[in-house]
Amino acid sequence: MSEFDYNSIPHINEVSACHGVYDEKNLWQKDPISFDERQQHSKKVLPSLEEAIRRVGLKDGMTISFHHHFRNGDYVVNMVMDVIAKMGIKGLTLAASSLTDCHWPLIDHIKNGVIKHIETSGLRGKLGDAVSHGLMDFPVIFRSHGGRAAAIETGELHIDVAFLGAPSCDPYGNANGYNRDSEEGSCCGSLGYAKLDALYADKCIIITDHLVSFPNTPFGIPESQVDYVVKVDNIGDPNGIMSGATRFTKNPKELLIAQYATKAIVASGYFKNNFSMQMGSGGASLAVARYLREYMLEQDIKCRFALGGITGQIVQMHEEGLVKKILDVQSFDLIAANSVKNNRFHEQIDASYYASYVNKGAAVNQLDFVILSALEVDTEFNVNVMTGSDGVIRGAVGGHPDTAAGASMTIVVCPLLRGRIPTVCSKVNTICTPGKTVDVVVTDQGIAVNPARPELYEKFVEAGLPLTTIEKLRDRAERIAGTPEPIKYTDRIVGVLMYRDNSVIDVIRQVAD
Amino acid sequence: MEIKRPGVAGTMESSDIIVRIEPKETEGIELTLESAVMQQYGKQIEKVIRETLEELGVTKAYVNAVDKGALDCTVAARTLAAAYRSAESTEYVWSEVKVK
Repeated sequence: MSEFDYNSIPHINEVSACHGVYDEKNLWQKDPISFDERQQHSKKVLPSLEEAIRRVGLKDGMTISFHHHFRNGDYVVNMVMDVIAKMGIKGLTLAASSLTDCHWPLIDHIKNGVIKHIETSGLRGKLGDAVSHGLMDFPVIFRSHGGRAAAIETGELHIDVAFLGAPSCDPYGNANGYNRDSEEGSCCGSLGYAKLDALYADKCIIITDHLVSFPNTPFGIPESQVDYVVKVDNIGDPNGIMSGATRFTKNPKELLIAQYATKAIVASGYFKNNFSMQMGSGGASLAVARYLREYMLEQDIKCRFALGGITGQIVQMHEEGLVKKILDVQSFDLIAANSVKNNRFHEQIDASYYASYVNKGAAVNQLDFVILSALEVDTEFNVNVMTGSDGVIRGAVGGHPDTAAGASMTIVVCPLLRGRIPTVCSKVNTICTPGKTVDVVVTDQGIAVNPARPELYEKFVEAGLPLTTIEKLRDRAERIAGTPEPIKYTDRIVGVLMYRDNSVIDVIRQVAD
Repeated sequence: MEIKRPGVAGTMESSDIIVRIEPKETEGIELTLESAVMQQYGKQIEKVIRETLEELGVTKAYVNAVDKGALDCTVAARTLAAAYRSAESTEYVWSEVKVK
C-alpha cells in the first residue's frame, strides 16, 4: 500500500460516489454464524402485522396498496385493514390494483373514516353496490392496469406502504406467486401487479403463509425492494384464488360467438406464422383459443407470444409448441399458475411492462389481436365493462382500454342479449374503452366491423362471414327485448373513469333509489 | 274466465318468469311483480300480464310474478298457462295468444 494524500489526488472532488478515505472503524461487522442460523433470525421477519405497520410508520392520510392476484379468495386486504382500523389510523387512500366481491368488509372501514378514498381497477358485489348508492364522499377513481402503472411510475400515484400477499417468501423478502419448496398452500402464479408496487412503494411489507429458506428463486419480488415480512396462517382461500376462470363452455351462444370470432381472426390477415395474441378468461374467449388451436395445427402456424391474463388453454398450446412464449401479468387458473413455476418461457411481467403508456415500451403495443368481452357496446363501438344494466358498479376496467389501444385488431365478443338486456345499444352507461380503438364486434347474431376498418370488412366479406352493421345489431336486440327504460341516476358523481393516459373519459353517478 | 283455485306456470330459470294466479272475491287484478330487470322492463312486464288476462276475460285475481328476464312472448305464455290452470280449464284456444 502506498502512502497518499487524499486531497492531492487529481480531480478527486469531481469524482462522484467517493466517500473519503477508508477507515477500519466503518468496516462491516462480520457475522460468524452459519447462513442457516442467520436466516432464522432475519430482522425483516416480524411477529405481527401490527408490528410491521408500526415499523413502516403508517400515518393518517397515507396511501396504501394491495394487489388482486388472489381475486375472490383474498384474505390480505381485509386482514390488514382490520389491524389498521384497530390501531386507530384514519383517512387513508387505498390504491389497490383491483377489488372484488370478498372485499365488502371495507364498507365499515369507509364508514368509520379509516379509508377516505379508493383507487382501483374495479369494484363488485356489496362494495360496488354501496359505492353506487353513495357510500363515499370522494369518488372512486378507476384506472386501467396500464393507467395505474403509469401513475405509479411517474410518481403521481405515490404509494407510502404496499401490503403484498405472497404464496411463498424467504426471510429476506424474496417473494413469489407459488411455492417451489412444497406443493401445499395457495398459488397465484404471476405477481405482475404486485411487482410494480414493490418497486415504487416507499415501504413494502410481504405477507405470506409459507416462509421458505433463502433464496426463494426465481422470485417475483426481490428482497432488495422489501422492508418487512410477516408470516400469517392463511393469505387466501385457494378455491377463491382460482375461482372457476377456466371452464369449457357448453353454452351454444358462446360457442357460436367463438366460431365467428375464430373465423374472423383467420380471415383478418393477422393469422400468419409468428403472430401475437391476447385472450380473455370468459367462456367465449376460451372457446376461441380452442378453435384457433385447430387452425394452427391444420395450417402449421405458430404463435410467437401470448400476452395477458393467462389461462390453462394458452399453457396447453405453449406446451404443445404452438405458442412459443408467454408474457404473464396475471395467471387466471391453476394450470397457468403452475406453468409460471415450471415453464422457462412462461415469463411473469409487471403491470408497466404489460400496458403502461409512459414507459419505454409496453407489450400491449406488440399485439396482433386481442379478444375482449363487454357488458355493453354502443353504435359508436364504445365499450362498457364497469356498470351493469341497472347502473350499479359491478366490473373492472382491467387491461381493456390498454390492449384495445395497443392491438392491431381489437375484437369484442358478446351475446346480443343477456337474459332480456340488450348488449348492443345506442349509448353505453359508462365508457371504459373508446370506440375508436375497437375494430370488430362479434355477437351470436352477426359481426359488425368498425367503419374505420374497411379493409377488415372486405376480408370478412371474402371469407363469407355473417356480417351486419352495429346499428342493425342494436335494432335487432331492441326488437327482441323491447326498449329498456333509462336508468335513474342522481347528479352526484360516485366514480371517475380514467382512460389509460389518466384523463377523465367518463363519470359514474349515484343510482336513484 | 273465472279463477277457481291457485294456478302456477313457469320456472325460476334465467330468461323465464313464474306466474302464480289465485282467486279473489272483489273486482280487479292485484299484481305483485319481482323482476331481475325491474328498472328497465318492470312496466312492460306488468302491461303484458294485464293485457293477457284482459284478453282471457279475467277480472278478479291475485297475481304474483317472479321474473328472471323473460321476453314478452314468454311472459304472455306463462300468464296464459297459469290462468287456464287456475280456471281448471283445458279448453285451450290457442288463437287467444296474440303474436307479440
